[in-house]
Amino acid sequence: MSSLPALLVLEDGRVFRGRSYGAAGETFGELVFSTGMSGYQETLTDPSYRGQVVLMTAPHIGNTGWNDEDGESGRIWVQGFIVRDPAPRPSNWRSRRKLDDELRDQGIVGISDVDTRALTRHVRDRGVMRVGISTETLNHEELLAKVTEQPLMAGADLVGDVTTDTHYLVPAQGVKRATVVAVDLGIKSMTPTQLAARGLDVHVVPAHTTFEQILEFEPDGVFFSNGPGDPATAVGPIEVLREVLKAGLPYFGICFGNQLFGRALGLDTYKLKFGHRGINQPVIDRTTGKVEITAHNHGFAVHAPLDHATPTEFGDVTVSHICLNDDVVEGLELRRDGELVAFSVQYHPEAAAGPHDANYLFDRFADVLSDRGMDAD
Amino acid sequence: MPRRTDISSILVIGSGPIVIGQACEFDYSGTQACRVLREEGYRVVLVNSNPATIMTDPDFADATYVEPITPEFVERVIAKERPDAVLATLGGQTALNTAVKLHESGALEKYGVELIGASIEAIQRGEDREQFKQIVLGLTDIVGGAAEVARSAICHTMDEVLAAADNLGYPVVVRPSFTMGGVGSGFAHDEAELRNIAGAGLSASPTTEVLIEESILGWKEFELEVMRDKADNVVIICSIENFDPMGVHTGDSITVAPAMTLTDRELQRMRDVGIGIIRAVGVDTGGCNIQFAINPDDGRMIVIEMNPRVSRSSALASKATGFPIAKIAAKVAVGYTLDEIPNDITKETPASFEPTLDYVIVKVPRFAFEKFPAADPFLTTHMKSVGEAMGIGRNFTEALGKTLRSMENPDAPFEFGQPISESVDELLLKASRPHDGRIQAVMNALRAGASVEQVFEATKIDPWFLDQLVVMFEAARELRDAPDLTPELLRTAKRHGLSDQQIARLRNVSTEVVRGVRWALGIRPVYKAVDTCAAEFAAATPYLYSTYDEETEVPARTKAAVLILGSGPNRIGQGIEFDYSCVHATMALREAGYETVMVNCNPETVSTDYDTSDRLYFEPLTAEDVLEIYHAELAAGPVAGVICQLGGQTPLKLAQVLKDAGVPIVGTSPEAINLAEERGAFGRVLAEAGLTAPKHGMAASAAEAKAIAKEIGYPVLVRPSYVLGGRGMQIVYNDDALETYIRKATEVSQDRPVLVDRFLDDAVEIDVDALYDGTDLYIGGVMEHIEEAGIHSGDSACSLPPITLGDAIIEQIRRDTLAIAAGVGVRGLLNIQFALHADRLYVLEANPRASRTVPFVSKATSTPLAKAAALIMLGRSIADLRSEGMLRADGDGSNPVEGAPVAVKEAVMPFNRFRTATGAFVDTLLGPEMRSTGEVMGLSDNFGTAYAKSQAASGGPLPTGGTFFVSIADRDKRHAIWPIKRLVDLGFRVLATKGTASVLRRNGIAAEEVLKLSEKVEGADGSSIVELINDGRIDLIFNTPEGSSAGESTRQDGYQIRTAAVLADVPLITTVPGLGAAAQGIESQQRGEIEVRSLQDWAKR
Repeated sequence: MSSLPALLVLEDGRVFRGRSYGAAGETFGELVFSTGMSGYQETLTDPSYRGQVVLMTAPHIGNTGWNDEDGESGRIWVQGFIVRDPAPRPSNWRSRRKLDDELRDQGIVGISDVDTRALTRHVRDRGVMRVGISTETLNHEELLAKVTEQPLMAGADLVGDVTTDTHYLVPAQGVKRATVVAVDLGIKSMTPTQLAARGLDVHVVPAHTTFEQILEFEPDGVFFSNGPGDPATAVGPIEVLREVLKAGLPYFGICFGNQLFGRALGLDTYKLKFGHRGINQPVIDRTTGKVEITAHNHGFAVHAPLDHATPTEFGDVTVSHICLNDDVVEGLELRRDGELVAFSVQYHPEAAAGPHDANYLFDRFADVLSDRGMDAD
Repeated sequence: MPRRTDISSILVIGSGPIVIGQACEFDYSGTQACRVLREEGYRVVLVNSNPATIMTDPDFADATYVEPITPEFVERVIAKERPDAVLATLGGQTALNTAVKLHESGALEKYGVELIGASIEAIQRGEDREQFKQIVLGLTDIVGGAAEVARSAICHTMDEVLAAADNLGYPVVVRPSFTMGGVGSGFAHDEAELRNIAGAGLSASPTTEVLIEESILGWKEFELEVMRDKADNVVIICSIENFDPMGVHTGDSITVAPAMTLTDRELQRMRDVGIGIIRAVGVDTGGCNIQFAINPDDGRMIVIEMNPRVSRSSALASKATGFPIAKIAAKVAVGYTLDEIPNDITKETPASFEPTLDYVIVKVPRFAFEKFPAADPFLTTHMKSVGEAMGIGRNFTEALGKTLRSMENPDAPFEFGQPISESVDELLLKASRPHDGRIQAVMNALRAGASVEQVFEATKIDPWFLDQLVVMFEAARELRDAPDLTPELLRTAKRHGLSDQQIARLRNVSTEVVRGVRWALGIRPVYKAVDTCAAEFAAATPYLYSTYDEETEVPARTKAAVLILGSGPNRIGQGIEFDYSCVHATMALREAGYETVMVNCNPETVSTDYDTSDRLYFEPLTAEDVLEIYHAELAAGPVAGVICQLGGQTPLKLAQVLKDAGVPIVGTSPEAINLAEERGAFGRVLAEAGLTAPKHGMAASAAEAKAIAKEIGYPVLVRPSYVLGGRGMQIVYNDDALETYIRKATEVSQDRPVLVDRFLDDAVEIDVDALYDGTDLYIGGVMEHIEEAGIHSGDSACSLPPITLGDAIIEQIRRDTLAIAAGVGVRGLLNIQFALHADRLYVLEANPRASRTVPFVSKATSTPLAKAAALIMLGRSIADLRSEGMLRADGDGSNPVEGAPVAVKEAVMPFNRFRTATGAFVDTLLGPEMRSTGEVMGLSDNFGTAYAKSQAASGGPLPTGGTFFVSIADRDKRHAIWPIKRLVDLGFRVLATKGTASVLRRNGIAAEEVLKLSEKVEGADGSSIVELINDGRIDLIFNTPEGSSAGESTRQDGYQIRTAAVLADVPLITTVPGLGAAAQGIESQQRGEIEVRSLQDWAKR
């Protein structure tokens, strides 16, 4: 491998040396690791990774190249990329180009040939931290100084960076059942696809859309997407969500949308030590007792009592889903007079990348919407 | 949901003897199951005829029946033990088939036994091709489109055939319906071929019916390991991608985990289909394995088949991920749900998750074609490998390099140094046909200048894999061409799996020099944990592998460690028996307060379970790898020593190198090992003790060999020096045969001489396993072979206690064994083979190590020999062990206690797996070259019954009556009369060939004459014997060969008779003593019902 030498420095001073991968240059961000063995294209294009340097624990990356179908948005969002063994040649009938070419074209600085497992263990034991990758300097002290100047993820408001500029419609497939407004806080393209597949017209709107603007679409329900940053900073969207709940509109949220749901209901959010990022996480649906294998990408989580419902001004909220690995809250349900009116999950039922076990949540949302629609008629 | 309380005892069915396609992976799975079920408080009853397994250790079940796994015997066990449930999904196809038969016979219902793990209906849905196909086609609600199977059409006319082929596209597979053994099937690449093959197929089929199926040859092949609990939680444990595309049995393919060339969308589709299948088939509490093929051109995916049980791939997936599939399958079978079961490795997280890997696994099969020179060497969908090794690396190249050097085959690791003489075209042609050595041909093609595209065209091996081979080759080339061996070059080479030896050859220096440079530069491997979760959670279990990376994870320790070197991939001559000894050593030493460290690379074994030892290093057993582990463990804490004598020849041959490098070898010293293995030195030991060996000499040429043979007299036994499993051994009767042998042996020189021994015709062979501590000798057991000397000890049946040896001989055996043990300097186990010829005891060979028979002897005598050996190696005395009760307080295995059983060991041969290039079976004659893959044990209070049980267990049950065919060589006629007469008295009708019949008639035996195949005249009356066998009209065959042990030409009648017997599955006896034993066995069967009894019961008596 004849690429340039590259340097990686963590904010606590630990240094790794490897080779340049993707674009040459310098980049900084919060170091997180993803344990998925497949789906790097989906990961790279997931807007939730805004501000983060992503490490893949699977050693061989780039094997299936880059295709025109699997992106979850129009561009790569990660701040930097860390792999151990980049594929010299992609091999898959859908591959259009090499991953490192795509990274280079999009200006994503990466590093390869480092001990990714050592880095993962470091983050696991000490928590997520800021990192710098450079091909411009190989002096670690110089790079460390720059790393410590970077902003922290806690308190970061990144939604504005990733949300859509304008409204667009993803039309219902088949017979239309209802209309949904999906607030884009960093939405992945698979989400509106899944909603539309269930007969929902999906109006994707920018993050700053007001409640009144939402109502103009005459929605049967509202959806908040995943997204990057600290949920505590998303004051505007949280206010909008409170109005949605007050108006009694059905609500479904994913990931960031779960955290905002929690905050709108008066629950607190907090930063996890090193987050959940992978596609093998066991989550139990407390209603059915069934375990689903789910895709996760979250550094923050909601604080909520696991053993009892919490009364709120909108109804009683219960924890509907829990991660079996560490008992983190993975889903919330709001019931009024015993009836499900709003719910959200911390993980990714749209599953791109990841298993399709939690797909039923889209059905559940569609059912809530159409039940309500029938009531209204 | 907690475990079930409505059942309290469970019968676990094992898989019986090791055969091709069903090896010690089922010992691993059964052992885990027994362990788990006992921990859960169930009474565990086990049936398994294989004494070499860990699971049949009396400690692993409440009642252990070493009895044949046949419906009749298992029903007897059920009748006696009355279990509430049967678990048959962990004992391979043998257990599953037995369970189905017990269901069909009504036995399960009669005794009120529930089948747990998978129901009869689920087994049938999974195994019946048509039902399974419909299940797959019923999965229409899958993201990306309905699930598919290979498209096909049933045709009755040539027009239909041609139309079907046009629709499916060429090439197509033709499968005629209802023909025997796949007669008339084949591949058609164009219309002309199709007319030819399908025409023949239509006429061969009794219903004029052929199935025309699309060809998926060359497609990418994948497997998923799926697990489901009763709450319908389903998880995928592992994805596996085959390096060799469709067309090669997955057991014979190089396989890789996780899948390397699929995007997430494709993997999730496969996952969805897999989950749909396990649900629809209805495997509700357990694991299954599902195979898929993907068209590399357009990604079309089809389902090939499923196994509704734990399989070979499950064992591999367990070792590959750290997720103990068999253990979890046993737990869900008794009612737990996955989320209730903790993940042993992390301790904190549950088993209801999907393992994620931050390393790569490569498995490479181990073949034994050298044992079957006549067999067709090409790989097909019919499995032929006898074992496998697995390598773990942080990338594919590292893992592949490690696996290839684990193969115990000097030709397996890539040769980068030598120039290539073959042309690109020749190499591509070679690589295009799957065979043992294909990956080496692929590498050579790339080295010779073939492009990745060319190799892909020729082999359909995915370009990603080929590209990785290019990476290895480029690392090697740079290393070779660089002026200096720089740290960067060395690091890159190690990172891509090159061994010190490969580097040494590239640089034209010695391996020691490379090692010295590497150590001086500090380029040493680190060890990382297999933790199921890619380091997301801390691992509590040190299951480690080496890699050239930065950070090591070897935990520090305070207790002294003992390293136990395992036996590597199974092959003929070195199998599960050695794993048994290693596992016993680790159990004994853990209990004695040591921290045990296991080193092995065989994924099928119990030794490579992460909780068998305190630490597991899944690593190749080469000097380089073991030295690095020793170095790492020495840095972690004190090391008491390294055990090399329990894992067979593999670790034994490392002993001297390790000792020279400063590693403390415990037990018999490397010098003593050499003393026993080196002919001259051993001869001096014998001479000093006044013992006799058959006359022998060493020859470096044909002329020398002939001179020796002349001096000592024919027949002589010839073999290369330093062998295990009798590789290359032959008995020759004259100068011509001797010359042929020398000419065929490629490596005969002054350094590698051929040994020429006097062959003792008609001698009784005796095997002895013993312990020696420097002062006392403890005979583990004396085994008398049933076949005469000249048949490899691994292939002959034997009896313990010996059935015909007198006390004086036993006493002499004891004296001689002590003299050899002391003379050689044994500390631990010793195996000696004697031959008794004309009342004189000859020493054939001595092996200062655990032998193949240690588990058999241990079980037959209720004495844990391997445990005792391990403790002796670390300084305990036999006197200590006697007083502690591990060994008998007085006496030993040479004088059995009152009430002890007669145990008969029988070998199991793989002849039905190997066909010649023309499709005939290979010859079945036994000889000095070992060819059996496994063994069984029969136990009873008399020899006849024990022998009959051993035959039933080995798959060739003796008949109780019927027609008996005899054809014997002249030299055997004299001795064969009595047993034949006995069989006639027992009611058999005797058929014989002309010559034999007249001899028999002269002895008053009314033998009917039957034609040899060569005597048969086309169109004339009377069936030949081969036809009678094919028609199922013969119940027992006795045939001894004329001439040499190397077999006869395939045109000869004996060969035709023997191969017909294999095809028709008729018991075949090829030695006179074997016939005698069979007569006794048949007699005891006729006497009445054969009783079953557990090892625990035998031990009590």
